[in-house]
Amino acid sequence: MPLLDVKDLTKNFGGLAAVSDVTMHLDNNELVALIGPNGAGKTTLFNLLTGVIIPSEGTVSLQTDKGLQVLNKQKPYKIAAEGMARTFQNIRLFKDLTVEENVLIAMTDKNKEGFLESIFRLPSFYKKEAALHQQVVELLSIFKMENQLTTLARNLPYGAQRRLEIVRALATKPKILFLDEPAAGMNPEETADLTRLIQQIQSEFHITVLLIEHDMSLVMNLAERIYVLEYGKLIAEGTPKEIQGNQRVINAYLGGGD
Amino acid sequence: MKKNLKYNAIWLAIAILGYVLIYALEMVGVIDQFAETTLVLIGINIILATSLNLVIGFSGQFSLGHAGFMALGAYSSALVTSAIPSVGGFLLGLLVGMIVAGIVALVVGIPTLRLNGDYLAIATMGVAEIIRIILNNLKITNGPAGLYNIPMLANWSTVYVLVVITTLIIVNFVHSRNGRAVMSVREDEIAAESIGINTTKYKIIAFVLGAAIASIGGALHANYIQTINPTDFGIMESINILIIVVLGGIGSITGTFVAAFLLGILDMILQNFGTLRMVLYSLALILIMVFKPSGLLGTWEFSVRRLFTHKKAKGDAE
Repeated sequence: MPLLDVKDLTKNFGGLAAVSDVTMHLDNNELVALIGPNGAGKTTLFNLLTGVIIPSEGTVSLQTDKGLQVLNKQKPYKIAAEGMARTFQNIRLFKDLTVEENVLIAMTDKNKEGFLESIFRLPSFYKKEAALHQQVVELLSIFKMENQLTTLARNLPYGAQRRLEIVRALATKPKILFLDEPAAGMNPEETADLTRLIQQIQSEFHITVLLIEHDMSLVMNLAERIYVLEYGKLIAEGTPKEIQGNQRVINAYLGGGD
Repeated sequence: MKKNLKYNAIWLAIAILGYVLIYALEMVGVIDQFAETTLVLIGINIILATSLNLVIGFSGQFSLGHAGFMALGAYSSALVTSAIPSVGGFLLGLLVGMIVAGIVALVVGIPTLRLNGDYLAIATMGVAEIIRIILNNLKITNGPAGLYNIPMLANWSTVYVLVVITTLIIVNFVHSRNGRAVMSVREDEIAAESIGINTTKYKIIAFVLGAAIASIGGALHANYIQTINPTDFGIMESINILIIVVLGGIGSITGTFVAAFLLGILDMILQNFGTLRMVLYSLALILIMVFKPSGLLGTWEFSVRRLFTHKKAKGDAE
């Protein structure tokens, strides 16, 4: 039984089918990549899966504690609460808040602090805050960022901002993590670090990762399976080896064929 | 845990010291009736402006209708205290005002908080005008003549205590689970939704809390000035509150305090200049905005904790 099941997903913008008839699935604890030329509809597909855009047709269903749930037309925050977390192609951090606050906000749902409790600063408030602080420090230390708790997110170097966005997504305790071009704008050394980081996340948190990426070395190193998207349609699916030898994929990237 | 107690004790000490200081100055005669009125108006403005800062500075929603919620508080308290002229009546009036303002904010907030920026500003301005026009036409509010002979149940110490309480509520709210979620809405709505924050809910929480606190400012106004009429709560009053917020720094409670004091004192000094007063007042505003567009304090906040940890760090270095 797949963890995430996507059936015939379609999104039309006016006459343009940005994503059409995409059927795909993600299994437990799997690392899958989504590739395709620019404008193929990869980010639109991400937005459909995480509820930012409502699909024209098709269904997205997630295996939850309450069985298989259809997620279409749910608000993004509800989808996030079901265990789908994401990062963004152009980093979207809470820039004027500290690193700690960025991560704490992602734990809002897990934090059971009451309104009156916090207004009157009852002892239980301080206890809960201290426990949360401990969790944030633990999570950040996995990514070697525990010394930057009080730094404003906007003052972090680019690579650290990307990492913080991943930490923030992980703080929601997701079942599936969607990474939208995590290596964009990184040099080869940083990309190598990122590759290790993604492997580490998957092994430590036992979650499924779906990743959009243009850096083929990263994709081929990491992915167990690859989906290839072109003009909104899935044109291939398979292991990295199969994809490398697939004539339609080569045509999509290099032209020719027909 | 002990540390938190220490910081809270220091804050309490600051609050008591402020009270004792004003009391002493009053006894000695440095603060006369005129200065006391100025202080009370500054206090009321602080309550109004900090509550607006919660909406504008922390949840990032541009509201231009704060005077409407102030009016609801003023009329509720005026009507209740006219019927029950006692301290209990005043407390009941405060409560009624907060509930009325909160409910109106909730009803208005659900449809309008979907709007952004300029659109929201215009919608909230419209709401304040609707409130004003309703007050202008109801029998119970005595129409355009307004209410007078309201019992004087607020003095400077009532205002002082309520300034302390409302500031405490706002500051503690901002530094809690709900407050952080509210700030995430200001920072980036799409990102906030992606990590499970119901942005509409937190916008409404901030808006309702801001409105309820603004009604306290209105109640104090009614029970200190003793007469109110609908023109007191027009668009100019909303803008006056907004000026304090912008001048002090959007998102800085400390800045709101500083700006409310500066403007209050400036206003007092300029009384002697007659009609030139408004020209000089506006000129001062323009100058501050030209040289410090982010407001006097930007987003800087006074913090006892930082004061101590900073001193400690310095001590270690030496």
